[in-house]
Amino acid sequence: MISISDLSFERYFERVFEPVSFDLAAGSLLLVTGSNGCGKTTLLRLLAGLLEPSEGKIHIQEPPLYAGHNPAIKDDLSVEENIRFWMRFMGTRKTDLGPALLQQVIDEIGLTPVAQQEGRTLSAGQRKRCSLARLLFCDEALWLLDEPYSNLDREGIEMLDRILRDHLESGGACIMTTHGSLRPEGFDLQECHLISGRDRYAEAAA
Amino acid sequence: MSTQAASTAFSALLRRDLLLAYRRRAELLQPLAFLLVVTTLFPLGVGPSPQLLADIAPGVIWIAALLATVLSLDSLFRSDFEDGTLEQMVMSGQSLSLIALSRIVAHWLVAGLPIVLLSPLLAMWMNLPDQGLSILIESLIIGTPVLSLIGAIGGALTVSLKRGGQLLSLLVFPLYVPLLILATSAVSAAVVDLPYAGQLGLMFAGLITALTLAPFATAAALKLSLS
Repeated sequence: MISISDLSFERYFERVFEPVSFDLAAGSLLLVTGSNGCGKTTLLRLLAGLLEPSEGKIHIQEPPLYAGHNPAIKDDLSVEENIRFWMRFMGTRKTDLGPALLQQVIDEIGLTPVAQQEGRTLSAGQRKRCSLARLLFCDEALWLLDEPYSNLDREGIEMLDRILRDHLESGGACIMTTHGSLRPEGFDLQECHLISGRDRYAEAAA
Repeated sequence: MSTQAASTAFSALLRRDLLLAYRRRAELLQPLAFLLVVTTLFPLGVGPSPQLLADIAPGVIWIAALLATVLSLDSLFRSDFEDGTLEQMVMSGQSLSLIALSRIVAHWLVAGLPIVLLSPLLAMWMNLPDQGLSILIESLIIGTPVLSLIGAIGGALTVSLKRGGQLLSLLVFPLYVPLLILATSAVSAAVVDLPYAGQLGLMFAGLITALTLAPFATAAALKLSLS
């Protein structure tokens, strides 16, 4: 599904993280761990194609789906309008289902009671759920999720695990970052521990 | 990416932008109020002599239109940039030029078109002779889309800066100069019954050039701002 070799990224002539390599097959989940500021988000943005790598190669079959820290929700639009816009814009194979799919997506992410409420009134957790809605209607096989568990309540975490399990079982793959406290439970996963470029210099100097 | 998916995305984005503009209509009225205020200040500043006002009318109205447009340009991509929408749009695989064009069309509809509609009122305030009015309107119809098109390049370049508004105006004003010269000279020519087709023709050529090139330049600038 995706294979990267000796990938690294430099910012101001300094490596953000030590070079990483891995292969990911269909149906598998890769967990990227590491402390705050070690470059997890940078790695995902490289894989998403939003940044150009300084060194190393990324072989990727088709464009992935990237869900970053910014929820891409408009404050002046309701939850339903936000999701409807992204469904139309992303152009999914399932678009034909139309309003039924929209309702189904909102039900599944548990936002039915606030569907008509404006984006600005949502709590951080509800925002996260709203931004995860696109996992349900997009066709991409590879998901790049940046701290998907942050702000979610227990129910939300179970919901995300369920969505993720369905995705992996249907032949998808996922790369997810976490700083450690929240992890996907009960998955067969690979792990990649990122080392910040700065830490290594500190170790060498000691 | 099929053309159908592209046109669905284009219309979805345009509808969203118009809906957002409607929800934030107070924000939308500010540049227009600004346009009216600037134009009213001139008779107070330079004196209310009818002949003097008629002489400077084309320039004043056009400069006020430039200022009002630049005022609304900063928000063109900013909110989409800040809440991560732009990132998702880039990732969606839709053509970034098409996204840029859709934003530009929406900007013209909510910021450029109202200027055209208000121009008869401004012309009356500035005592513009009747034979100049239709040319003023024509020049604004051709010119305001160019303002949005060129402005979008500047907006995209400065979107990642925290306070990009001032730099944005420094970037785009020089590019507006040819348009300003042509438009005011066309209106002034029409007022004294001289031919003006040449100026309007050149403005139209500018519109076509901007329409074909600006979406690509805007897309490239957005890519730069995102990385």
